[in-house]
Amino acid sequence: MFYRESGDFKTSYSGDQQIFPIAFDRWVVIAFCAFAFVVVPFLINDYWEKSVLVPVLVWSLAALGLNILTGYCGQVSLGTGGFMAVGAYASYKLTTSFPEMNMFIVILLSGGVTALVGIVFGLPSLRIKGFYLAVATLASQFFLVWLFNKVPWFYNYSASGQISAPERFVFGIAISGPNSPPWATYLFCLTFVVVFALIAKNLTRGRLGRSWMAIRDMDIAAEIIGVPPLKTKLSAFAVSSFYIGISGALFFMVYLGAAEPTEAFGIEKSFLVLFMIIIGGLGSIFGSFIGAAFMILMPVLFKNIMVGGLGWPTDLVAHLIFMLIGGLIMFFLIVEPHGLAQLWRVTKEKLRLWPFPH
Amino acid sequence: MSPEFLYTIEVILNGLMAGIMYSLVALGFVLIFKASGIFNYAQGVMALFAALTLVGFQSGQIPFSHLINVMFGTEYHHWGEGMNNFLAIVLTILVMIAFAWLVEKLVLKHLVNQAPIILFMATIGLAFFMEGFGDLMWGANIKTLDVGIPSGGSFWWEDVTRTWATEGSEYYGMYIDVLDVWATGIAVALVIVLMLFSQFTKTGRALRAVADDHQAALTVGISLRTIWVIVWSIAGIVALVAGIMWGSKSGVQFSLSLIALKALPVLILGGFTSIPGAIIGGLIIGVGEKLFEFWVGPLIGGATENWFAYVLALFFLMFRPQGLFGEKIIERV
Repeated sequence: MFYRESGDFKTSYSGDQQIFPIAFDRWVVIAFCAFAFVVVPFLINDYWEKSVLVPVLVWSLAALGLNILTGYCGQVSLGTGGFMAVGAYASYKLTTSFPEMNMFIVILLSGGVTALVGIVFGLPSLRIKGFYLAVATLASQFFLVWLFNKVPWFYNYSASGQISAPERFVFGIAISGPNSPPWATYLFCLTFVVVFALIAKNLTRGRLGRSWMAIRDMDIAAEIIGVPPLKTKLSAFAVSSFYIGISGALFFMVYLGAAEPTEAFGIEKSFLVLFMIIIGGLGSIFGSFIGAAFMILMPVLFKNIMVGGLGWPTDLVAHLIFMLIGGLIMFFLIVEPHGLAQLWRVTKEKLRLWPFPH
Repeated sequence: MSPEFLYTIEVILNGLMAGIMYSLVALGFVLIFKASGIFNYAQGVMALFAALTLVGFQSGQIPFSHLINVMFGTEYHHWGEGMNNFLAIVLTILVMIAFAWLVEKLVLKHLVNQAPIILFMATIGLAFFMEGFGDLMWGANIKTLDVGIPSGGSFWWEDVTRTWATEGSEYYGMYIDVLDVWATGIAVALVIVLMLFSQFTKTGRALRAVADDHQAALTVGISLRTIWVIVWSIAGIVALVAGIMWGSKSGVQFSLSLIALKALPVLILGGFTSIPGAIIGGLIIGVGEKLFEFWVGPLIGGATENWFAYVLALFFLMFRPQGLFGEKIIERV
């Protein structure tokens, strides 16, 4: 009824090419962002920050990164946890070596460091494809975690082998450390997520994104029509690792506060992010968000219902959640291999005609 | 012989036997991949599940007792003394066959003709499901598994090797776990049985036909879905053998499912489609990582076994992207 393009005239090329061509979509997204930036910081409390909002934001960024690599460029990676560790350790080394450095720059530079590491570990992708590549990326996962465990320079020779985030300020307000107010950490993460989601959306609409998709759909054919595989694949690895590195840095600095590599960045984190993009939708920016939200919020919800509501022991609930995640993944792959984002697309198509049948 | 040389031999021997253990898991992968083109990530969890079920039957646990107790406030745990090894193993095999049938009915049937990567992800989902299911069914505590296979160091071998060392040197003989030797023997027997089965039985021939060409197999009247159930059952039995071996070695616990991750480099090194490849890949990985840990490990802080297998496999892939024994990858536009 109200969701349609009729009456929405485009009179310029830029108007025709905007991200949300339908006015209704545009206003919903703007309103949603305004709500997230202006209203939520006044309502937020410690519980919502720690167990819902910040994790969803951080993991969305990681899912966005992996989706660029796997969903758009078709290179399956199981090294996400390792790359997040690179981001976290880079931010730790940077901020302890240069305590005066602005936190925005620290986080961005950590992303840059991770991008470089990502390019190095992306090199095999030029020769190895498919499953073989997926297994090869496991090398980066295990090697990086091992490296951060074994080389004391990375954790500043601390006795426990852990890294812990020092208190850092943005505009005079703490965003890391135990005294940071919930709204500040939330806004800090939100800024990164919104800016980089916008960048990702535009990247995937542009020349680079199109060449990624060409490689994904068939790399030999893409090479024949003039898409350079070397540049395209490595740029996908670089951009993807940049996002994952930023998310790792935020995960450590803002969310965890202290981290130990095997515990915080293990192989299960790689799988978690992979599940997010499968459930959310491969090759969809919106899907990365909805997948991350789903995978983070579902266990929280079930824990609240079963432990809080029914009083079941936590280990039993943990097993049930495992079963549920596995079952849901199989269910989604059978019913809708393109994930929640595709369901949303179908719903939107339906809405265009609703309530009239034709 | 000098002690250093003997140490190296000891490391190589232990590496070979560790490699056999990896191969046991990799075998299950290869079987399923050949028959259905599915890269079954859940193979490791199947080994865990089989071992859990075996222990459960042996000790007479009631399945889902924790869940039942929580839901109804009862206090059931065991239904008796348990059963003997033979009966427990037979029952576990039946469970694995039922499992294969269920997987085909509920999951694979609906995913026919999907991209391989979708099927791979579905098996990751399956792995998660089974992990939760196994723990829910039998409890998550660490269990010991004993089916009567001897274990511990071999004194005889220690005495024999001690005499090899040069006179007057401080050498106390090689340590070799009897369990590993048994595992090697069982693995060899398993491979021989599988080979005989696929060469000389009707079902075996059908399996090979499906592995060669799905459509041609269909046209001569081989039912793909029956074959899939059979293959998953065989993979389940292989998983049970792997589960028994790993379970007797290090206890039945969650980390058992992680051996799947260790089997992956073995697979890509040997090639996904080759049974000899899985065995030789396992041996190369086993010896490689033990030798690397022995020679280079102390210089760079140890615990290199976590990642060296992957790097080694990656190195081989650079020269042969289809693995050592894999079929040549031909791509057409």
